[in-house]
Amino acid sequence: MNMIFGKILRETVCGAALVALAALGTPAFAVTPADTLVEGLAIDDIISMDPAEAFEFSTAEVTGNSYDLLVRLDLSDTSKVKGDLAESWTVSDDGLTYNFKLKPGLKFASGNPITAADVAYSFERVIKLDKSPAFIIGQLGINGDNVADKAKAVDQQTFQLIVDKAYAPSFVLNCLSASVGSVVDSKLVKEHVAAVTPSADYKYDNDFGNAWLKTGYAGSGVYKLREWRANEAVDMERNDNYFGEKAKLARVIYRHMKESSAQRLALEAGDIDVARNLEPNDLDAISKNADLKTTSAPKGTVYYISLNQKNPNLAKPEVRQAFKYLIDYDAMASTILKGIGEIHQTFLPKGDLGELDENPFKLDVAKAKELLAKAGLPDGFSVTMDVRSGQPTTGMAESIQQTLGQAGIKLEIIPGDGKQTLTKYRARNHDIYIGNWGQDYFDPNSNAQTFASNPDNSDAGKIKTLSWRNSWDIPELTKKTEAALLERNADKRAQMYQELEKAVLDTGPFVIIHQQLEVAGLRGNLKDFKLGPSFDTNFVGPVSKQ
Amino acid sequence: MSAIETEAARGGAHAVAIASSIGRFLVIAITTYLGLLAVTFFIGRVIPIDPVLAVLGDRAPAAVVERTRREMGLDLPLVQQFYIYLKDALSGNFGNSVLTTNPVMTDIRRAFPATIELATLGTLIGSVLGVPLGVLAAVRRGSLIDQIVRIIGLVGYSVPIFWLGLLALVLFYAKLQWVAFPGRLDVVFAYTFAPITGFYLLDSALQGQWDVFRDAFRHIILPASLLGYFSLAYISRMTRSFMLNELAQEYIVAARAKGLSETRVIWGHALRNAAVPMVTVIALSYAGLLEGSVLTETVFSWPGIGLYITNSLQNADMNAVLGGTIIIGSVFIGINLLSDLLYRLLDPRTKAE
Repeated sequence: MNMIFGKILRETVCGAALVALAALGTPAFAVTPADTLVEGLAIDDIISMDPAEAFEFSTAEVTGNSYDLLVRLDLSDTSKVKGDLAESWTVSDDGLTYNFKLKPGLKFASGNPITAADVAYSFERVIKLDKSPAFIIGQLGINGDNVADKAKAVDQQTFQLIVDKAYAPSFVLNCLSASVGSVVDSKLVKEHVAAVTPSADYKYDNDFGNAWLKTGYAGSGVYKLREWRANEAVDMERNDNYFGEKAKLARVIYRHMKESSAQRLALEAGDIDVARNLEPNDLDAISKNADLKTTSAPKGTVYYISLNQKNPNLAKPEVRQAFKYLIDYDAMASTILKGIGEIHQTFLPKGDLGELDENPFKLDVAKAKELLAKAGLPDGFSVTMDVRSGQPTTGMAESIQQTLGQAGIKLEIIPGDGKQTLTKYRARNHDIYIGNWGQDYFDPNSNAQTFASNPDNSDAGKIKTLSWRNSWDIPELTKKTEAALLERNADKRAQMYQELEKAVLDTGPFVIIHQQLEVAGLRGNLKDFKLGPSFDTNFVGPVSKQ
Repeated sequence: MSAIETEAARGGAHAVAIASSIGRFLVIAITTYLGLLAVTFFIGRVIPIDPVLAVLGDRAPAAVVERTRREMGLDLPLVQQFYIYLKDALSGNFGNSVLTTNPVMTDIRRAFPATIELATLGTLIGSVLGVPLGVLAAVRRGSLIDQIVRIIGLVGYSVPIFWLGLLALVLFYAKLQWVAFPGRLDVVFAYTFAPITGFYLLDSALQGQWDVFRDAFRHIILPASLLGYFSLAYISRMTRSFMLNELAQEYIVAARAKGLSETRVIWGHALRNAAVPMVTVIALSYAGLLEGSVLTETVFSWPGIGLYITNSLQNADMNAVLGGTIIIGSVFIGINLLSDLLYRLLDPRTKAE
């Protein structure tokens, strides 16, 4: 509590200090080295640099720039992929066998050649280590017992993947474009494996270099990772062995900075070239500064509130609907979300196959009251919401508290640290939770599975989707989500997701509010700095300085 | 602590007194450690944060979460968990930090020098300025300088350090550019400079890298001055009251009657005696700073022990919290012991008859 109070104080004070700064005028000016890009970024989410284990936003960016994949998201049309290390691929008529042919003459940063055996080893270690992101590959029917047959090198240049069902090829390829599909230098990794005593939970006698790769590097990307120092910095250097266009700058440094105001100070003073965690007020000030510019891109993360169906009031369909009319979307968009979020009410983010661009709900207190009366709650009721401290969640929660109040619903906000509110949410002990969800890989199935399927709603349920966390029992939608996965016609598949989105929009316990816009403040001399559609496509290779 | 002091002072031979007080300290230290272990363990289990979340993040599938819970031993009965925890801690194995993946001792070895460097410089600034100011305030009691010292003390007590820190940053960094951005070194040097001891000022001087030294100095001077200011506020107030106490003693009258110069009376006699309790005051304020001034370290992105433990605690990274707590406990106990010994050296009454 004390810490949270301290944080709030700190934030308030940062703001006050910045007002003081504005009054003092623009400071004198430092510069970062001409061949180095310095980004201010909160990197305290990083827990491992091993692509088989890493599943965090900051790591995705580093991995995206330092490792290569078989196929990568096509930035010109994100519902498709294009070859990265793979020159071409074929899918068998039964839809089960995928053959990938590697580009010729590829090399890792270490100088070792990239072969199909490296790809097979990369898949083997992902599956056998079975860390957080492993399910993205595992869901294709690959496990520790069959990986040697299902993901193997046919020859030096050809890698073969055999999946268990005739999935939509777009789904399989999208899964492979996630950073868990990064190809590691097997020769280098094998020099660093540590022995492990097999146990019931882990059947293998070595760690596939996981301990070493947590901070080590064995990739082939446009940059190579030099060092990650937790809560301090990530340092990358140009990889001269990269197969594509070489990086323009010799070095990229991500400096850990948590606070928006500190990033703005450093950007204005020229100590960093890019500020990456800016809040609307700082963003606004930066956009008015002639020496600086801003850029933004929608990310695959949606912000929502969810109503736990274990609460008898929230379980009423009219109440669920009423909540959707009790959010002041427009007011939020023009204030706390200005520049950092776009109103978006369906669960598939923009850029996904089958995204339904419909925002039917607006603040309508009269309509909501009508619905509440129908639910037998004409005078409203009391309910709590767990809110992680920090923005934009706190601001959103306050706005929602106010609009709910207009319909007689008394909302008590329970503030907490991020991990604290999550612990409660995951145990289904909340009434209402406000949070965000970023898709795990760039395919509609990722969000459909969590928002629109719940295979076992019992407390012992093994697949704890967001629907499960909110105790929303939906056998019909679950089946439909599974069917969409096997639809090989891309247009039909898109159609099925649109129906799922519509169902969740109309009846779901999720009030999806906006899609995150990632923003960055830049020094005026930066060229070609672009944010991508996902966290692993924020490529820094083309960036240069004038 | 004062019980031990008086006890030891009454004791017979000097050496015996010291030995027995060391023995007592060991007993106190061990009980304190055990208490610390129990409390840290207890806190770690009652905070409403799932430690598995810290390891895996929010997006891990349920099966992986369950397996990790077993791997971390969190499915065992509480008593058994405490036993394992105790055994590991007593054998000096604090395990790995979840956040940084390094062994906790490695992290502490890196974070602690940063804190020590900052605290040492801060205490130096605080005592070099604070003691003379306190003396002056006592001698010219009620004068303008006394009022000024009082105001400095009051501000030092009542203004939150992070607020002053931010204001100082805005003025000295953003506006005047006299000092460098938060952190220990500029990125330019961060990758060319290989520290030996972890004290950057010392290391860069030893290696003759004067540009690094200058840069490190530009980084440390503002946070150190702030900490210095806060310990100055405390030290000058305490010096003042100790000096007032001494100046009222009869031996001062006697010294003056003997015709000694006022300078000798004040700096030679009164301060010499006031210095004895001052040692404890300065040592305790130093120990306080060594715990890591979390707020200062946050504002100035100083990668010290306070920031390390706070980050770990917020992420339920209990290995790191335990390691850090034990280290800080040791330092506190160690400095107490040290100041007690110094006390004995400075106070002739505690020497053997």
